Amino acid sequence: MTFKPILLATDFLWFVLLGLLALVIWRICRSNEARKPWLHVFSNGFALSASLVLATYALIATLDSIHYQPCETHQSQTVCQTRVYSVLDSVLAPLNKPMEISYSKPFATHLKSQSLHAPLKITSAWSSYISFEKRLKYDLLFAFVTAMAICFLLSLFFAKHLRFKKAGIFWLTLFTIIITLTFMYVLSRHFHILGTGKVGQDIFYQTIKSIRTGLFIGTLTTLVMLPFALVLGILAGYRGGIYDDIIQYVYTTLSSIPAVLLIAAMVLSLQVYIANHPNLFTTLDSRADLRLLILCAILGLMSWTTLCRLLRAEVLKLRESDFLLAARALGSRTITIMYRHLLPNVMHIVLITVVLDFSGLVLAEAVLSYVGVGVSPTMNSWGNMINSARLQLAREPVVWWPILSAFSFMFILVLAANLFADSVRDAFDPRTRQIKKT
Amino acid sequence: MWRYIIKRILYAIPVLIGVNLITFSLFFIVNTPDDMARMHLGQKYVKQAAVDRWKRKHGYDKPIFFNQDANGISKFTDTLFVDQTIKLFTFNFGVSDGGRNISHDITVRMWPSLFVAVPTLLFGLVLNISFAFLLVFFRHQTLDLTGSILCIMMMSISSLFYIIGGQYLFGKLMFLVPISGYSDGWLVAKFIALPIIVSIIAAMGAGARWYRTIFLEEVGKDYVRTARAKGLGEFRVLFRHVLRNGLIPILTGVVVILPTLFMGSLILESFFAIPGLGSYTIDAIQSQDFAIVRAMVFLGAVLYIVGLIMTDIAYIMADPRVQLDGTH
Repeated sequence: MTFKPILLATDFLWFVLLGLLALVIWRICRSNEARKPWLHVFSNGFALSASLVLATYALIATLDSIHYQPCETHQSQTVCQTRVYSVLDSVLAPLNKPMEISYSKPFATHLKSQSLHAPLKITSAWSSYISFEKRLKYDLLFAFVTAMAICFLLSLFFAKHLRFKKAGIFWLTLFTIIITLTFMYVLSRHFHILGTGKVGQDIFYQTIKSIRTGLFIGTLTTLVMLPFALVLGILAGYRGGIYDDIIQYVYTTLSSIPAVLLIAAMVLSLQVYIANHPNLFTTLDSRADLRLLILCAILGLMSWTTLCRLLRAEVLKLRESDFLLAARALGSRTITIMYRHLLPNVMHIVLITVVLDFSGLVLAEAVLSYVGVGVSPTMNSWGNMINSARLQLAREPVVWWPILSAFSFMFILVLAANLFADSVRDAFDPRTRQIKKT
Repeated sequence: MWRYIIKRILYAIPVLIGVNLITFSLFFIVNTPDDMARMHLGQKYVKQAAVDRWKRKHGYDKPIFFNQDANGISKFTDTLFVDQTIKLFTFNFGVSDGGRNISHDITVRMWPSLFVAVPTLLFGLVLNISFAFLLVFFRHQTLDLTGSILCIMMMSISSLFYIIGGQYLFGKLMFLVPISGYSDGWLVAKFIALPIIVSIIAAMGAGARWYRTIFLEEVGKDYVRTARAKGLGEFRVLFRHVLRNGLIPILTGVVVILPTLFMGSLILESFFAIPGLGSYTIDAIQSQDFAIVRAMVFLGAVLYIVGLIMTDIAYIMADPRVQLDGTH
């Protein structure tokens, strides 16, 4: 059995983003001046925990972005499966295959009645010779020991090196994350810890897989729109005249269209386009992936107007400042002025907008999927899970676990993003710094 | 001021043409009318004659931008683009792909949307301002900190959760209100109570937090220091000075959404089965009725621009120092 690596379009962009992030972090660490506001960000306990949570989500998304196709060799001829798997799939296997017949409650053990909506028995290799209670006990013990061991080893090796003001909160959050993940993973080996869905698919697996979708919508959108917003915003503010008029006209026009309607219109057109050109999109995975990417592009198209407007206003202010006069007097070219002088001075606005937009985008994905213009229905996403939950809540007995898991995982991500964004804004926005003083 | 307003109204025309160009290219160039016809008649095995008949019936049988068969200026005017644009600009939305009169539908369906949106706005505004003001009154104390964190948590919860949770709790478990639906006359209160409460709560986190920042900004200003130096008590400073000045940005910020109120909320109306314009639009999106979606996009853009102009007027009325010279 061999593996053929597959690089989907969104994977590529995600790794580009990670690369850029690493570059930025490296640059920040080197310069004393750039480090100062970030030290202020992380001196806030909430922001520190939030960034750890965000990092965990990002790690899971990264694992889910390394894709491959399993191939088998038959008589010097390799045949690859058409389905694409990710590393996360193999970590969580066998959860990626439906094992039950229908809905079952979290930790359900047996079938209550013959009707379809009753909790069903979970199957596993062990179940035949160890009773349920014993297995749960063993698993809990094993998870506890493993989690403690990991925490102990970590603190043994790194406690000396990590000495800073909020180290207590850092370790507390890290341990909580490690313990939660270990418990969830160990228990998920033998139980459906968050129950199963309509055709017996594991909800825990679905929720974890949805992290990638949510995170990508929040970040790739920004990556797509940032170049446009930066170039056009600075150009409009600095050059003025006809450039300013045209750019202003474009963003006024775009922003006067109701966002949901424009997104819906674009996705609808796209659907018709895909339906009419089936030969362009061969596999189901690449089609879903393309739809995710285009959704990011569409959302980016909608959201660059706000940032562009803010940048233009800031550059208009900066244009009259003395250091730009000096730069012009020394004969710098326009491109140089925009890149060397204007760009670094508007970076705080970019940063604040980007982190503030993130949570809104994650939430928007759910709403758009509900409207039917979100990610592809075949893709795991919180929006799709919530969408199917409307019928589940009307059942008797109520199927509450899929929707609750989707909401909790989404809530944790968005809350972390909001807390982090809040602290970033406090550190970088001159206006809120003023407020803090009073 | 009048010159400025007329200028703004004139500027709206190219913007609206641009809006129309975008929606037009989305609906007619990416998907040609032929595609649309096939979509409505069934994806495959449709005869060209049937497609042509559908196109003629809906007025989509003209060339898109350039008519070769016509003479003179009508080479450009006797086209689909000009036809559809002029129709929209005269607010004649025509007939939907499903065969209904769109203008009539809009006038009927705007009322349920308004019944939900207006109380939501009014009660929400009062509640948010009071809550924000409470936090500012106890600023930098435990109550303020707890309240701010509560706001962040409330805004981190998806609006879908509030709707689904509200329906489940009040409709299914407590039997206080019907889960969804609508009726005429006074009975309507029973149906719209839950949507109003849910949307107020869903918007409260973000709203109250934003207003709190506005009030805090006012507290730091010089006139507040002067008022304190005069010897006014904290209570009078906040209520007589900060509240009044803080209300200016809050109320002028509300003006921009006033005209769009009767467009309704897509999600809320479809969850609660309120027959307003929001659910009208969402039905159109889901049944791929492009004529309705195009009309609603245009209407939304017009109302947004009206809202922007009204905001400017509101600024002048609220703050005599603001001068609109038309340059910015």
